[in-house]
Amino acid sequence: MTLQLQRVWSRGAIYLALACAAAYFLVPIYVLVITSLKPYTDVNVTRMWELPRGLYFGSFAAAWSQVSPNFWNSVMITVPAAIISSLIGSINGYIFAKWRFHGADTLFILFLVGMFLPYQGILIPLVQTLQVFGLYGTLAGVIVVHCIFGIPITALMFRGYFAGMPGELLEAARIDGCGFFGIYRWIMLPIALPAFAVVLLWQFTTIWNDFIIGVIVLSNPTLAPVNVAVQNLAGSFTVEWNVQMAGALIAALPTIVVYLALGRLFMRGLLAGAVKG
Amino acid sequence: MQTLQPKPTAKEEHAPAAAPPYTTRRLAPQLRGDMAIAVLVLSPSIIAVALFIYSFIGWTFYISTVNWNDVLPDYTFVGLRNWLRLFRDERFQTDLRNLVFYAVPFMAQCIVGGFLLAALLDQHIKGEALFRTVFIFPFAVSGIVTGVAWRWLMQPETGINLLFDAVGLGFLKSQWYASPDYGMFAVTIPAAWQMTGYIMALYLASLRGIPIEVREAAHLDGCGTFALYRHVIIPLLAPVTFTAVVLTGMNAIRVFDLVAAMGGSGAAYATDTLAFYMFQMTFQSNRFSLGAALAAFMIILSAFLVVPYLRSIRHEVE
Repeated sequence: MTLQLQRVWSRGAIYLALACAAAYFLVPIYVLVITSLKPYTDVNVTRMWELPRGLYFGSFAAAWSQVSPNFWNSVMITVPAAIISSLIGSINGYIFAKWRFHGADTLFILFLVGMFLPYQGILIPLVQTLQVFGLYGTLAGVIVVHCIFGIPITALMFRGYFAGMPGELLEAARIDGCGFFGIYRWIMLPIALPAFAVVLLWQFTTIWNDFIIGVIVLSNPTLAPVNVAVQNLAGSFTVEWNVQMAGALIAALPTIVVYLALGRLFMRGLLAGAVKG
Repeated sequence: MQTLQPKPTAKEEHAPAAAPPYTTRRLAPQLRGDMAIAVLVLSPSIIAVALFIYSFIGWTFYISTVNWNDVLPDYTFVGLRNWLRLFRDERFQTDLRNLVFYAVPFMAQCIVGGFLLAALLDQHIKGEALFRTVFIFPFAVSGIVTGVAWRWLMQPETGINLLFDAVGLGFLKSQWYASPDYGMFAVTIPAAWQMTGYIMALYLASLRGIPIEVREAAHLDGCGTFALYRHVIIPLLAPVTFTAVVLTGMNAIRVFDLVAAMGGSGAAYATDTLAFYMFQMTFQSNRFSLGAALAAFMIILSAFLVVPYLRSIRHEVE
């Protein structure tokens, strides 16, 4: 009986701890939402935690009018960059997994270095190079940069996925007369859909949330991505808190929606992106 | 594989090696040709990585040895002068101190918090998927959004301080990130808020990989729950802990957007970081060679984490 009681207590304690942790992780979102739904007159330092008295969308309208061009810039950067880098990653991952040419593993490790490089380490040559190619200050330039710096992580993710494929399948395809491209097109691509979903989601989130590449390459504020615009909004202290919070929510919404819809894939991406020693 | 032969038995299906030997001989040159195609298709990526990662690193080091400390490039070689100037620079020294003040609490929060959450979630929890979703979702939120939300939470006259007052913990009220003494620590709270879920996911996946027999054997030996974790599970999770140290450590070296969103370098550079200083020095003050020296210093710093990490995963990759 006491043992059973003890068990009830310890289960209760575990759930209580988890619930507290969950509350902690949700607090910033709660504050973002309630503040952005209040008119400025209600954004009061003493009533910060109170729910809004009604639904007020004026802050969103004000924030949207300032960050909407940047929101569309982000869409125009993120969608093509995520798709292109996933395609590149699928080919590279296929090669690294199934065409183990001499030195392939060493080369792969050398690729992975790019995942861990602090961007600061390459910013100066990056700006100079983009200027040479006439890509500095353009959306195309940002897309190219994201695609290139996506090469290591996307290759890693697809390589892990394709490596799990039985070699017999490739042998069979080869005997059927499939070459390098045939195997990719007819064997790999059709079953790579889950991997594509994971990598696309990962790249979408990473590129959408980027700040440093956007702020360095796109010095023109009208071309800046949405996170840069939100930072500029928050940086000017004349802007009301409710508008800042609404702007932040607008910037966060696409990744939050995608995450809530496809959370399982996101978790797989997390695990695929961290090779354990 | 379409054939006109009768449906193969399960055994035959798994034995395509049974194809006549002359086929493999005929395939050999074709295989070599395909291998060449593979290398060819990979080569644009190889060139991109060689150029945008390796040659850029080299170029950054080179720029750090020239005299380009104005708008117009000046490639006069000055040796280590920029490096010496950097090491004597007070703001740089403050940033080094800040790196420690940031890295230690940040890594501790992520690794201890992530491990505890994973251990709790591993106890056959109802609604585990929901908890997991809540814990990981901050990782899908950008550093800027995180910074904007927490800056509001950490306003001295409201936010968390208001909560402390309400529950009678007024003595805990603080200036948070605006404090010249522990501002850096305050920044680690949102940083860890973002990344703890990620570390939890790594730990949870590894906990799931521990065979049930291990726990049962420990139980039979009279191990209590704490002893089990202390002597069996935590040592088994050492590789994940190493990965977590590398990932959070890298994050500590390059933290930038969160600092930018939380008021920048702060009073007396209390919340300044290497990455933020590099950005301002290079792109706002146009002291490119000094900025390059700082950037190169950051690369060397990360190498201390990345090289052992890549060394350790080598066997797994091969």
